[in-house]
Amino acid sequence: MKPEYDLLVVGGGPGGALAARTAAEKGLRVGLVEKRSAIGVPVRCAEGVGRDLIEEFMEPDPAWISAEIDRAVLVAPDGYRMTLEPSMAGSEVGYVLDRKRFDRDLVLQAADAGADVQVRARAVAPIMENGAVAGARIEANGAVEEVRARVTVAADGVESKFARWCGIETAVPLAEIETCVQYLMTGIEIDPAATVFYLGNEVAPEGYVWVFPKGERTANVGVGISGKKCRDGSRPLDYLNRFVKEHFPDGRVLEWVIGGVPVCRPLERTVADGLVIIGDAARVADPITGGGIYNAMFTGRLAGQTAADAIAHGDVSANALMAYDRGWRTSKLGKSLERNYKIKEYFITLSDEKLNRLVHSISRMDLSKFSVLGIVTELVKHDPSLLLELRALRNIL
Amino acid sequence: MLVIRRDVCGYCGCCVSVCPVGALELIDAYLSVEGDCTRCGVCARACPLGALEVADEA
Ligand SMILES: Cc1cc2nc3c(=O)[nH]c(=O)nc-3n(C[C@H](O)[C@H](O)[C@H](O)COP(=O)(O)OP(=O)(O)OC[C@H]3O[C@@H](n4cnc5c(N)ncnc54)[C@H](O)[C@@H]3O)c2cc1C
Ligand code: SF4
Ligand code: SF4
Repeated sequence: MKPEYDLLVVGGGPGGALAARTAAEKGLRVGLVEKRSAIGVPVRCAEGVGRDLIEEFMEPDPAWISAEIDRAVLVAPDGYRMTLEPSMAGSEVGYVLDRKRFDRDLVLQAADAGADVQVRARAVAPIMENGAVAGARIEANGAVEEVRARVTVAADGVESKFARWCGIETAVPLAEIETCVQYLMTGIEIDPAATVFYLGNEVAPEGYVWVFPKGERTANVGVGISGKKCRDGSRPLDYLNRFVKEHFPDGRVLEWVIGGVPVCRPLERTVADGLVIIGDAARVADPITGGGIYNAMFTGRLAGQTAADAIAHGDVSANALMAYDRGWRTSKLGKSLERNYKIKEYFITLSDEKLNRLVHSISRMDLSKFSVLGIVTELVKHDPSLLLELRALRNIL
Repeated sequence: MLVIRRDVCGYCGCCVSVCPVGALELIDAYLSVEGDCTRCGVCARACPLGALEVADEA
């Protein structure tokens, strides 16, 4: 790292990479630090993403696509399966990525655009000046150096310590962390073009089990549950082992993926003087699906753009950077985060019996588009008995 | 004190995100706990693998 940049990015995930790339393309001097020894590993992700969402940022590259997905299958607690076919699958049709390659490629794009990148370099504290963030102290190879920056981007993912060190509360409530374990399994019978979601309090309380194909007989098989349901004997690992024993007893495990996804509301404020917070660090993953790759890239790009504007106008105060906060909150993404949070709050109250009814109802509907909003809207229209159940949701749709 | 079972920990950072006082820090495969831990046990609840335990002060 040089001693000074226009923009310093803390964290080399998809969010940080997009912030760095965007700012470097706009001619800013950009530095990015990543504390791990390698970009993208170990993987902390099920790697599913909508096709059109990725295409918003770049051309899909077969090098980081493990599988193309044509349909999604929902499995009710009673075992009833309903398939969401291409015509109705809309934005959920997508890819299962190879995030080791994907994340690395994104950081490479930032470097190609002119950003300095350093791995095994960890931000250990912000540089504070008159209450404003003015860069970070970076520890690398046993030495700590000051790296000054006009704007610093906290892209440090689920841990989100950097913003905390700047005085912004980022702790996730226990009930709102999805705690997850996933196996990369091979030698299993799957539909290689379908993502499968298992619902139910027996398989995954306040969460779901996913099977995301990575090849003909290979898939990410994982489970996420609410932190409040997690105890000795009923941790995600216990649920996963039970699921695998029942469904894929002969499968072999090539890799463990462990992690947490915040499904709380986004931070109340995602900027401060000289600071912008993006991606998982800003708590912008989807509260229902836990998907956060696109959300990190979207907020990262917006952060890069806003920082470039602010620097060009010579004002990097929280006030000037609020354009970023307003920008994502009023975007399609921001609105769907708010709506899906409320829908999640409703879904987690459902008993298995009600979940069964929901999935059976969905399967009788003629869905032109598979989205959470589409499903819930159709449910309200088609099943009068569910209307009562869902009335809590009506005013938000 | 907070006991970290290093043979179990998968260094995922889930616990770091829920600690109310920011006492946990993850560096590569090494999770550390700092002095301001209040032994509230929230991190131990959230861990996907059960690698954390609040033990009685000896
Ligand atoms: C089990 C699991 C399954 C998931 N499945 C999906 C899915 O199918 N689809 C989807 O869209 N999303 C999924 N997600 C969520 C997705 O992985 C995240 O939302 C996404 O990675 C967020 O990107 P980010 O750039 O904000 O943070 P991250 O990708 O977490 O990157 C943050 C980076 O910052 C680094 N860092 C942290 N602190 C410092 C520091 N002090 N100094 C320097 N570097 C630092 C970290 O090492 C890390 O590399 C899943 C998550 C989990 C845990
Ligand atoms: S949540 Fe558990 S596995 Fe993950 S870093 Fe913390 S102690 Fe280790
Ligand atoms: S016991 Fe509580 S205070 Fe201590 S590290 Fe865990 S969550 Fe933080």
